[in-house]
Amino acid sequence: MRVNLFTLDPMTTKLITTGEAIRDGLAEAGKANRDVLLFAEGLADPSSVYGTTRDLAQIYEPSRMIEMPISENGLCGVAIGAAIMGKRPVISFHRVEFALLAIEQIFNNAAKTHYISNGQHKVPLVIRAIIGRGWGQGPEHSQSLEALFSYIPGLKVIMPTFPNDAKGMIISAIEDDNPVIVLEHRWCHYIKGAVQEGYFKSDLIHPGKIRSGTDFTVVASSFMTVEALQACELLQMYGVCVDLFDLRVLRPLNLERVKESVNITGRLMTIDTGYKTLGLGSEIVSEIVCANFSGLKSAPIRLGLPDHPIPSAVGFIDGLYIDSTIIFKEIAITIGLDSLIVSEGLRILREKRALVPLDVADPTFQGPF
Amino acid sequence: MKNLIGIYEESLRIRMIELSIAANYQVQDMPQSMRCPVHLSIGQELLAAVFCSMLKKSDKVFSTHRCHAHYLAKGGSLNRMLAEMHGRSTGCIGGRGGSMHLSDVSVGMIASIPIVASAIPLAVGSALVSAIDNTSEISSVIFGEACVEEGVTHESMNFASIRKLPVVFVCENNLYSVYTNISERQPDRDITLVGQAHNIPSFRCDGNDVEDLINAFSSAIAISRSGSGPAFVVIDTYRWLEHCGPGYDNHLGYRAETEFLKWRDGDGLIKLEILLRDKKLLTDQGLEDLEKKISEEISEGFKFALNSPTPTPADAGKFVYA
Repeated sequence: MRVNLFTLDPMTTKLITTGEAIRDGLAEAGKANRDVLLFAEGLADPSSVYGTTRDLAQIYEPSRMIEMPISENGLCGVAIGAAIMGKRPVISFHRVEFALLAIEQIFNNAAKTHYISNGQHKVPLVIRAIIGRGWGQGPEHSQSLEALFSYIPGLKVIMPTFPNDAKGMIISAIEDDNPVIVLEHRWCHYIKGAVQEGYFKSDLIHPGKIRSGTDFTVVASSFMTVEALQACELLQMYGVCVDLFDLRVLRPLNLERVKESVNITGRLMTIDTGYKTLGLGSEIVSEIVCANFSGLKSAPIRLGLPDHPIPSAVGFIDGLYIDSTIIFKEIAITIGLDSLIVSEGLRILREKRALVPLDVADPTFQGPF
Repeated sequence: MKNLIGIYEESLRIRMIELSIAANYQVQDMPQSMRCPVHLSIGQELLAAVFCSMLKKSDKVFSTHRCHAHYLAKGGSLNRMLAEMHGRSTGCIGGRGGSMHLSDVSVGMIASIPIVASAIPLAVGSALVSAIDNTSEISSVIFGEACVEEGVTHESMNFASIRKLPVVFVCENNLYSVYTNISERQPDRDITLVGQAHNIPSFRCDGNDVEDLINAFSSAIAISRSGSGPAFVVIDTYRWLEHCGPGYDNHLGYRAETEFLKWRDGDGLIKLEILLRDKKLLTDQGLEDLEKKISEEISEGFKFALNSPTPTPADAGKFVYA
């Protein structure tokens, strides 16, 4: 059954998207702490980082609104230097690929300054990077490189999915004394849900339980959680109860709750938004197998992107991204559902999606959650 | 500003410390006690002594792998520097970084970063904080001329210039990046043109000429201190020893012995000593006393380092997260 994570009091909440919730989180953090600085290219331009920094000049004084020259590495270093000296900068990149220009600063100075200084310096920095998808974004505007950032000790890496959680996570990331990489999937920005008013935090420790069940454990991240949720709701109709986790926090990777879940279900699926090879799923599966080899009833299933760039033309896309049909089918077959049921379930899921082009976010499943 | 004798004392102190590191780095038939790379500053001491003598304690300095002189001149603890090189837990960063990461936050020596140009934007970030908080302190970063070849240097100068940030960029042009001469890496031009291209007031001076250094640094610091924006100082200098390690390496043939001799004969310390003697500010006895005082400080430093505990494996994973 669906955990009541999303049913918040309508008196103290408003129905907004994840993108709007992130904007609200930035607004609340800026109000609460004048050390918070915003860095971005086009911070207050007509797009305002897809609306996530819209109208923040009403809260942040001009000196805290740092419009970046097109110098990702340099300005990331400037933000790190400001963080070392006590500020709390939030630097936003329109695509993950632009953050790659700043990898030297991120991997060396953001991740290691606390360590190298023997604990004297802290780097309370937030780096937002957006994962593109759809509308022909192509190979260098759609990479989901969470595994790359998650490889580095000293960084925290989070992927907010749902609106209320996203707002709390952004505020927590800004309050955190460590560099936090926030990877926001562009299609998660459209998800709607009830979001609490005011300043509040979400933990940066555990995966989030989205559904409870005893038949199968699924660990998905970011937009893949939304695909998994659709599959799980249908599986419920056929009597299969899935324990579904939204991974949320990729580093430090805390799998205690997932281990407890697999102890009960004996089955595990991981779904990456990025590549399957060497993705977070690889790490999660190996950790679970090492911890509970004999407790598994079937081989774990790993899903993720194939080993090639994502091409631009929509003709390439069918079946390339993991979706609810693939998730449903893999779980149904592993659990041993009748093939007629599997076919019926697949038909239902495909019909739901059939009217929407493959390269836009599914408007029939954007919440409210 | 320290007087000339103060600058001389600091330069001589750095020279003697660096020479003692070189001498003790690898003693024949002895197990090596300093087990990290060392990038010595011999030949480049004077500029560090002059520059740091003009800064306030609260001003910030960032540096590179070749940071010993900057750290010492800014007032960093000698004992803790030598302990760091000996891999002791009393080191200035607890043995976690070694000689390329020297810092002493208590005197404004914020960080040394060994990746070429990587510290430059950090100093600009520090200056941004001073600008936002409207404080009077300035930030600075001292770096080698190879940084001019790195994109992030230009990104940092561009941003510092448009925001008029209080940061002094100090470029030590010692002509070589490891074994490669600047002529193979950069066009034949005055490096100050790079600063000027970013609309930053830029000064060039002779690293062996104390008056020239004082003039350039005082102009640059005054600009940043007044809130007019960044300044850039390029210093012609020369490292006498190898890029990394305790020895001379002219025999390798990447640079001419005659070139080295020309720089060594023009040694800024000797020139300053002569100047001080002419002005009757330094006597044989005075110099002898000074050398004795520094020697004692150095031998105390080595004693401190060698008597300090080594860190334990149990602490290797500390300070990953704050």
